[in-house]
This record gives sequence, structure tokens and C-alpha cells, in this order.
Amino acid sequence: MDTAATTTTPPIHHMDLMRFATAGSVDDGKSTLIGRLLFDSKSIFNDQLESVERTSQERGDEYTNLALLTDGLRAEREQGITIDVAYRYFATPRRKFVIADTPGHIQYTRNMVTGASTADLAIVLVDARKGLVEQSLRHAFIVSLLRVPHLVLAVNKMDLVDWSEEVFEQISHDFACFATKLDIPDLTVIPISALYGDNIVSRSTNMPWYEGSSLLHHLEHVHIASDRNLVDVRFPVQYVIRPQSLQYADYRGYAGTIAGGVLKKGDEVMVLPSGFTTRIAEVETADGPVSEAFAPMSVTVQLEDELDVSRGDMICRPHNRPAAAQDIDAMVCWMTDQPLVPGQKLAIKHTTRSARAMVKELQYKLDVNSLHRDDTVTQLGLNDVGRVRLRTTAPLLADEYRRNRITGGFVLIDESTNHTVGAGMISSAG
Amino acid sequence: MTLHEYQLSQLDLLEAESVHVFREVAAELERPALLFSGGKDSIVMLRLAEKAFWPAPIPFPVLHVDTGHNFPEVLEFRDRRVAELGVNLVVASVQDAIDRGVVREEPSGSRNRIQTPVLLEAVEKNRFSALFGGARRDEEKARAKERVFSFRDEFGQWDPKNQRPELWNIYNGRIHLGESIRVFPLSNWTELDVWQYIGRENIDVPSIYYAREREVFSRDGMLFGVNEFCRPRDGEPTFIEKVRYRTVGDATLTAAVQSDADTIEKIVEEIAATRITERGATRGDDRVSEAAMEDRKREGYF
Repeated sequence: MDTAATTTTPPIHHMDLMRFATAGSVDDGKSTLIGRLLFDSKSIFNDQLESVERTSQERGDEYTNLALLTDGLRAEREQGITIDVAYRYFATPRRKFVIADTPGHIQYTRNMVTGASTADLAIVLVDARKGLVEQSLRHAFIVSLLRVPHLVLAVNKMDLVDWSEEVFEQISHDFACFATKLDIPDLTVIPISALYGDNIVSRSTNMPWYEGSSLLHHLEHVHIASDRNLVDVRFPVQYVIRPQSLQYADYRGYAGTIAGGVLKKGDEVMVLPSGFTTRIAEVETADGPVSEAFAPMSVTVQLEDELDVSRGDMICRPHNRPAAAQDIDAMVCWMTDQPLVPGQKLAIKHTTRSARAMVKELQYKLDVNSLHRDDTVTQLGLNDVGRVRLRTTAPLLADEYRRNRITGGFVLIDESTNHTVGAGMISSAG
Repeated sequence: MTLHEYQLSQLDLLEAESVHVFREVAAELERPALLFSGGKDSIVMLRLAEKAFWPAPIPFPVLHVDTGHNFPEVLEFRDRRVAELGVNLVVASVQDAIDRGVVREEPSGSRNRIQTPVLLEAVEKNRFSALFGGARRDEEKARAKERVFSFRDEFGQWDPKNQRPELWNIYNGRIHLGESIRVFPLSNWTELDVWQYIGRENIDVPSIYYAREREVFSRDGMLFGVNEFCRPRDGEPTFIEKVRYRTVGDATLTAAVQSDADTIEKIVEEIAATRITERGATRGDDRVSEAAMEDRKREGYF
């Protein structure tokens, strides 16, 4: 085990946080890979390991089944399947990591979409013996649909193909060909053996031909600071703070999480949908004023003029505004058994704004395996992805999803059951 | 905070996300309350709530489910903190529920299981539509799969197979009358994050978290401090040991751990190096079965 896995206290101030999603099935060795990362970073505790060893023995497994570490629910343990997104945590001295561990099967597309929505990076696993399969392509597509900025294709089980460079190159080549159809800004392909730890924490001596980083080294060093949109100022007003006290009698603060750009005292800003302009009088947190605030900080903004601003409004720059649109074109991933059909009415939640939406048109359904567009469909079923046109009761202050994942994403809610039934990525608002 | 790179540290990011969750609930749900146990997680949660609404006071009450089996330091701490913040304290008493015949004391003497109906009664009586809880996903396997907004039906039950997908930072808190949402602002925090944050923010915690010499006895391989509720049985000799508590629960079954950590810095070091989970080390109640927590959550526990 090398330096990345030591348990020295992580220095607080130089440590950042990265979220990554893993996609693949148990057969690809996903649980083994996660188990390996947790184990090598000493994030598996003795009592957890003992419990897994005990269960493995009771079930008559021939070896300690690390997959059991990641099965949270009784049904999952009993049936040996993964049902839902599970979140796991580990840290090295450089970074804290949050893993969204998503089940790989097609019927869980919605879970992968959920896990990918907040991910900085995604790891798609393939079995070196099988090469790319339909599922690998689907996973890569979802990663690009959700615009996860970094993708790692981990070619696993290299030990079972004699550490062959040729096999690895063929898979890399095949994937690169497929990836040209997708929008993947940063792709890294790494040959690994999760079972034996090759290229996980340190470089493998079994594959001297591979000159890239180990997986953990890559995870620790990939640059994520510039993935956030720091150009377009977007501040959805979440909550208005008006203390009923003498000390703060005239205080009116607009609290929220910055969705894009950098905010500073003195900046000229526009409030939407009203269109009034003013200047920022102060950007602050409970710890005091901040000289500059940027996404995704949670701050409170005071404005120079007294305007009527409430939850759901958006603070931006006068010459760089989101669309204020009631007609929305979006890719939607449908997440419930009852199909989406044209004419349907739903509740929509976008940033801090809620409205109602009607499905005006279902333009096509996308085959998530072949990327084929089927424009003859009349509905979207559970786990389907398709392009729809919505009409909303109030304008959404929105950007294209490719420009901003926060101001470009929304969820759809069934008004009778209150369930979240769809996730949308805005293609155009106008 | 390294402003020039526009990159937040892990603690700043976690804080920002938790603050977002508090504001979202206050904006969208009518009668939230914050569940406060006096433990480190609920103490951090209270601090984050304070930050989320500053300079206004926290706009909801604090609910304490009082098992009657409290560490005295924790009760003192609760009352002091509540007074400082000027928030309303609602106490749901397990002893009172036993006296009224609503629940019955279990033979083991543990009140962990029977606090669930007491909690649910308080939710109903006060018509709380949302309860903030300090649970973290790193604590336990069932919790690793729970949402930040965890929907509960009119019986307070959690259905792990029927959870609402949570995307980006959008949370769905829509409920029908009688239903409620449990909200976990610390979902993505680890035990180490919590202690680092307590250190960074200089947050006061009850003295039982700090190591000092205490009178203890050994039971089931764990060390229990001698107190009003926890007495050695015959054949359980007591001795003096330098210990501290890693969790604060029912005083009858919360064990202490051997430790030299008598400052926050030393606690952070200890947690970074420990090889045993906090629940495995200190909670008799979670050892009952592999699915102990899942079962209790389904019944309406946090």
C-alpha cells in the first residue's frame, strides 16, 4: 500500500471534495472495485469487515464477498442484487470522495441518472474478456446526457486476459469510436484488476506498457475546479431573510446557493423576472462579508435598492441573463411505471421555482443502447429517455443544460401522488 | 477557503450544501422541527441551522425525545444551547408515555425501541410536517441508501423501495396531510468531517466526548461508564479507565471507548486512525441483527 492510503489526518484546508458515480454490474467487478478503493484507503472498518466475513461464511461463499459491503437493504442481501443508489465515502490526504454507487442494469437507468446528476466524474467498468457490451455504451451515454465532466473507462479483469496490451488497445479504440457520437469532454481509459489491485492505488508492474496514472492517482488529481460555470452569474433566490428585531430592523437578505458565476459587492445586477437593476450592497454568510462568492457557495445577498424580490426569482447580470421561457425543449428521463404521454399535466421544479407544466409534444424516444431516435412513439415508459416539449404556467429562468447543470435541470412531479417521476435536461428554452 | 482557485474545501462545500437544505425546508414545508439529542451530530446540525438563517433566529423549534436515560451533562448542554439561540424547545418524554400507558418498558430496560412511538406521537400532536435529523450515510448500511428528504407515510414509516429520486440540488418535499418528511442535512458528512468542523468552528460539545478517567465496567466486550442508569451486575468489577464517549444515546446501553483524546485536535486524530465504526464500538442496540437499523427505520425511527 503506498502513500495515498495512509491514515494521517487529512489537512483540512487543502482538501476538496469530489463526487463520482460508478456504473457497471456485479459481473464487471464494480463491487470489488469499490471494496478495493474503500479497503486500500482504510475506509472499511474492522467490525464491518467481520460482519461481511460472518455473512459470507453463513452463505457458504468461498471467499469474503466484498460485494456484501455495499448491499444496504435486507432484500438486496437476500436476493444478491443492488436496488438503489448507495452513497459511500472515503478520503485520501488530498481529497474527500463521495461515491454514488449505481446499479448497472437497464431497469435502473433512473438510478444511474440520479447518481450522475451530481457527479464530477463517472467510472464505467467493462470486463476485459467481453469488451464493450450494450450496457457499457448505455452507461457512457447517460454520463454524456447528464454532462458529467470527466469519464473514466476502467477496463477490469486484465489479469484474465494475461495483461494484454492488445486487448486493452482494442477496447480503447472501440470506445473512442463510440464516444465520437457523444459529448464527452474528458475521457481517460485505465487497465485495472480490481481483484488484485493492479493500477488501483499504484501503477501495476504487470502492465509496464501502460504509462498513465493509477485510478486513485487520477481521481486525486483530476482538475474539477474549472468544471463549474464561473462565467454566467446565476443566483436563484431561495429564501428571504428578514429578522424581526430592532438590531436588524431594515435588514433584507436574499439567501441562496450560487448556481453560476462570481458575485461581488458593487456588481450591477438584474432581478428576474421583474427586470429591475440594482447593485449588490453586500455578499455575506453568517461568518461575515465575503469579498467574492462563487458557485456552489450558499450566501446571502443584500441589494442597494429596495425591490420586491422573492423565492423563485433569479439574480443575474443585466447583459448576461437566462431565458425567461414558458416553452421548454428538454431531454427527459422517465422514472415511474405510469407512462408520460402528450397532454399530461405535471408539477415542475426548477432551481427554486415551482410551476405546472403540460407535455405539449413527445418528439422522439432515444434508444439508450443504439442512440437511435424513434419518432413514432406515443409515450415514454419507466427508464425511457426522450425529447419533449413542455409549456409551463410561469416562465422558467433557465439556461441550456449543457451550459449550466443547475439552471438547466428540472424534475417533474406527479401532482396526485407527489412522486418525482421525471428528470429533465433543457435543450432549449425560448 | 482558497478563493483564488474558486474551489471550496470539503468542509465549506458540505456546509454550503447543508445550509441549502435547511433553507429549502424552511421555504417549502410548513411546520418543520429539528430533532436534537445533544449528540455531536445534532449539535453540528443546530450550528448549520443557525448559519442558514442568520441574522434572523432559527425559524423552527427544537424537539428532544427524552428517553429519561440521559447523561446529565447532555441535558445541561441542551438547555444552555437552546437558551443561547432563543429557540423553542419541545420535549417528548418517554417516561411520560410509559406513565400514560402509551408504551411499555422493555425487559432489557433499553428505551431505544419505544422512543419511536413517542417521537411519532409528538410529530402528530405538534403537526410537524418535517423533522431534521442528524443521521449520516456513513453510519450504517441502511442509511447509505436513504435520501436527504426521506418521505414518511402517515404512520411515519420508511419504504426503502419507494424513495423519491433526488437529482442535482432539487428536493421534493410535497406531502399530503398526515405524511411527513425526515430531512438529513448531514447525509454526506462523515464522523471525521463532523469532528473537523467542530474543531474549525470551535463548537462547544458536552464533556462526555472528551477523554478522562471514569469508573467503568466491562460487558459484552464493551466498556460502560457507571452512572445512574448503568450499574454493574454481580461479577462485573468496576475499575478506573481513561475513556470517552463516541456517541450519545440511551445511557443504559451507550458504551465508552478507551481514549486519550481530551482535546478536539486529539479526537480528530483518533477518529482518523480508528479501525472500528462508532456504532460497532459503542452501541449495544445496533448489534441485535444485521438489519437492526433498517427495521427500526421502517417503524418510523430515524
